[in-house]
Amino acid sequence: MIVYLVRRLGQSLVAIAAMAVLVFVGVYAIGNPVDILINPESTQAQIAATMQRLGLDRPLWEQFGIFVWNALHGDLGISFVYGRPAMQIILERLPATMELALVALVLSVSIGIPLGVLAGLKPNSIGGRSIMAGSILGFSLPNFWQGMLLILIFAVLLGWLPAGGRGETVEVLGIRVSFLTLDGLKHLILPAMNLALFKMSLVIRLARANTREVCLQDYVKYARAKGLSSRRIVLVHILKNILIPVVTIIGLELGSMVAFAIVTETVFAWPGMGKLLIDSINLLDRPVIVAYLMLTVLIIVTINLVVDVIYSLLDPRVRLSEVDA
Amino acid sequence: MTLLQVEDLATHFFTRDGVAKAVDGVSFSLDRGEILGLVGESGSGKSVTGFSLLGLVDPPGRIVSGKIVFDGEDLVKGGEPMMRTLRGKRIAMIFQDPMMTLNPVLRIDTQMVETVLAHERISRKSALERCREALARVGIASPDERLKSYPHQFSGGMRQRVAIAIALLHEPDLIIADEPTTALDVTIQAQILSEVQKLCADTGLAMIWITHDLAVVSGLADQLAVMYAGKIIETGETGRVIEAPLHPYTKGLIASVPQGQKHGALLAQIPGTTPSLLNLPEGCSFRPRCPRADAACQEEPPLGALLPGRAARCFHPHLDERREALAS
Ligand SMILES: Nc1ncnc2c1ncn2[C@@H]1O[C@H](COP(=O)(O)OP(=O)(O)O)[C@@H](O)[C@H]1O
Ligand code: SF4
Ligand SMILES: [Mg+2]
Repeated sequence: MIVYLVRRLGQSLVAIAAMAVLVFVGVYAIGNPVDILINPESTQAQIAATMQRLGLDRPLWEQFGIFVWNALHGDLGISFVYGRPAMQIILERLPATMELALVALVLSVSIGIPLGVLAGLKPNSIGGRSIMAGSILGFSLPNFWQGMLLILIFAVLLGWLPAGGRGETVEVLGIRVSFLTLDGLKHLILPAMNLALFKMSLVIRLARANTREVCLQDYVKYARAKGLSSRRIVLVHILKNILIPVVTIIGLELGSMVAFAIVTETVFAWPGMGKLLIDSINLLDRPVIVAYLMLTVLIIVTINLVVDVIYSLLDPRVRLSEVDA
Repeated sequence: MTLLQVEDLATHFFTRDGVAKAVDGVSFSLDRGEILGLVGESGSGKSVTGFSLLGLVDPPGRIVSGKIVFDGEDLVKGGEPMMRTLRGKRIAMIFQDPMMTLNPVLRIDTQMVETVLAHERISRKSALERCREALARVGIASPDERLKSYPHQFSGGMRQRVAIAIALLHEPDLIIADEPTTALDVTIQAQILSEVQKLCADTGLAMIWITHDLAVVSGLADQLAVMYAGKIIETGETGRVIEAPLHPYTKGLIASVPQGQKHGALLAQIPGTTPSLLNLPEGCSFRPRCPRADAACQEEPPLGALLPGRAARCFHPHLDERREALAS
């Protein structure tokens, strides 16, 4: 297990290093931020001074060296726009995004798995077919459009829930969260649902396909031959087998949930990292963009690492073969 | 004393391509403590017969008619509620492939204890004790350690022993063993056969041993029932059937068992292949492959009692050779 962990950790570090290069080179190609930040009337000397202040006059490899060195110290540069460390600005927005992504994940799992299993157990029933039809909609309608539809129905027509913002927050362990106040919870429901819908459809399909497959296995028939109740067969024999692939995929999807939050945050004016990213791209605020990308990569890589470990804990076959290896 | 009486059982699969009569009017009976060998080529309906007895036939299949009288009660009439109380308790089943029957993600103790608790309200501790005893009974050393293992840590033979132990947990009246040794190598197969035989003799449990391999059951079963295309075509006491089969199909099966032939000698295979259930010939379904077939065989032969304790479904049974054998 330890060998396995060390090896996985090594892979993660390589992935982060590769991303650092890609991000730096990619973002460098976006264009010269000075063109936007500086008054078009300013003189050549003023531009040169600004470029020098921001370190933009040095050769690319030197900028990259400085970038890496600073990044290792948690310093991803000063935002061109806010004049404060980019990392600090991102981190301020991180809790909002993480809260949104986690709540959406919990929603998509806690609704998606039962629905998917039901649809898998009775694929030809009306219920099973409706669940599948619903998941196809959730899958194929664009995310922003679903979000606007949610706003239209629940905020505009019914007036039950607010259309945007984060609402009242409370501080828990130094982190501001919405879900513990009634007002915050109300603000959270629609964006979380919006972010969850796509993943929920994925979870439903995954759970359904796996349930159908597992149902055909000899061990399910054997469980029936032992006289077990259908309840136990579904909740223990089937569920435990489908959880392995489903948890793996869902875990890996948490990372993309953070990325997907960009759309939802923009539609619902949710003050998270995603919205910050869009704003920063519009302003070519390079350090913030770089900080966002690096942090997201770090999050995704970490999540994948954790998921792998959980996966190996869940599946005895993986766990033991890794020990042998 | 009769434990199980199957009468005219029919289990059909209603597929898109037509109705597959996988079990088509099967009758047999089984006494307590008796071992019945259910023999036939693959696809003849043996497994479906076994599953029907436990109400485990999955759609598109279902029992369409017949009776399964177990210890005086008709299970077909009793339906799922009655079958469920019997499954694993009074009728246990052992499946063909031990690699596939134990749940790969659950520990052995979980899978054994749940079987005990499905039918009895006892503490987990005494359930575990029962599992330990059952494992010891099928010759598994250090049961405590084994109980904490997962199926993939066991060899095929070991897993099948575990499956037999699970079948024994409630001391059932009947065990249906569906080709339980087919997936195992010959030595393990022989070991398990002799152990099972001993268990049956010791505990008086009855058994239906399903196999495509006559050699396996010839030393084990008291009675044989030979199946072909969903029907039983010959029944009788094992020794007598093997010595002098009545039905041409049974004769062919016996001739194809390797037995003391010289190495490399050709075995007499039955010509042709098992017919598709969706496209059976008119009359006797063995007709296209039968050396004795004639015009009479275009009618469906009945299962006739041809000798005391012997029956066969054939218009031209091998009675003549019998007489010759008796005369000499
Ligand atoms: N799920 C199913 N769907 C359709 N037909 C089936 C199904 N299961 C079994 N059958 C039919 O029943 C026949 C007998 O199958 P089976 O009892 O498994 O044979 P075996 O004697 O090899 O155990 C098969 O040839 C097939 O035509
Ligand atoms: S009835 Fe005719 S075809 Fe069928 S087994 Fe007997 S002889 Fe052969
Ligand atoms: Mg079979």
